[in-house]
Amino acid sequence: MNRSEILESVVAEQIKPEDAYPNFSVGDTLDVHYRIVEGDKERIQVFQGVLIGIKSSGINKTITVRRIVANEGVERIFPLNSPRIAKIELVRHGDSRRSKLYFLRNRVGKSRRLRDQRRGLKHT
Amino acid sequence: MTRYFTEDGNNIPVTVVQAGPCVVTQVKTTETDGYSAVQLAMDDIKPRRSTMPQIGHDAKAGTAPKRVHREIRCDDDAEAESFELGQTVDLSCFEGQCFVDVTGTSKGKGFQGVMKRHNFRGLEASHGTQRKHRSAGSIGGHATNLGTGPKVKKGKKMAGHMGSERVTVRSLDVVSIDSDKNLLLLKGPVPGPAEGYLFIRAAKRLYKSKAHVQAKA
Repeated sequence: MNRSEILESVVAEQIKPEDAYPNFSVGDTLDVHYRIVEGDKERIQVFQGVLIGIKSSGINKTITVRRIVANEGVERIFPLNSPRIAKIELVRHGDSRRSKLYFLRNRVGKSRRLRDQRRGLKHT
Repeated sequence: MTRYFTEDGNNIPVTVVQAGPCVVTQVKTTETDGYSAVQLAMDDIKPRRSTMPQIGHDAKAGTAPKRVHREIRCDDDAEAESFELGQTVDLSCFEGQCFVDVTGTSKGKGFQGVMKRHNFRGLEASHGTQRKHRSAGSIGGHATNLGTGPKVKKGKKMAGHMGSERVTVRSLDVVSIDSDKNLLLLKGPVPGPAEGYLFIRAAKRLYKSKAHVQAKA
């Protein structure tokens, strides 16, 4: 086996199946259900925000989700193959022509919002 | 390196090491060589890329010529003689081992200045400093350890060749062992380039906390 085959064989069982998550793309609004362990108890926290970037592939694939909390932008990076992610729900398809929406960081107010992918539904 | 998720969701950076299978190519005893040791070899090589003495040496152990040979000292003859010529040594000898020491040759960095090579802080960015921002400053004149003299002290840290040297990283965590494929997953980076060769042994010295973990296992 060469190097890439060895690496693939190691991470193969760690990578989640393709249908583990709904089909989302950059610009969508997502609900990320994240498992949090406190002592013996486990609870699930939901982080809702706009998906502003998908990075890397395979086992290293991560998503960056941005939301506004108390008028302050908060971004979280989730490794998609982490067992701590219970599920991801697609809330809304946003319309985006770019793969990274870092310009949203400079936007304030209503201009922060993205157009809905469905026609005629602006800023819902 | 890649990453490894534990069952409780922790994300560990790991290096995947193809460890073995190795073949015993020579057994040295006090009688024959004056000391006791075992020579292990790994990785097949085309005979035309090897040399006749090397091919003959490996043929004695009944194997094809190997690329890497490495000798490991044994405590006494009895330990060395517990190995046979041509015997295969694989990862099963690391079963239950939580920490290992890894030795390799680090990546060569070429001729480097003191800031990169020895972590000097360099000179000031302003206040009249000109063209000397990354230099070492005064190297003093210390002929002896007793006082100053006309010569620079031996071993003074200066610019020079960095890397391509033998490095041992101690007490790396073993994340998992795959004996079937001879794959060892170690936490964090190891010295040398990708597809470089490493020497791995059970950890020799352990911190108290790590020794505690090893004793439990």
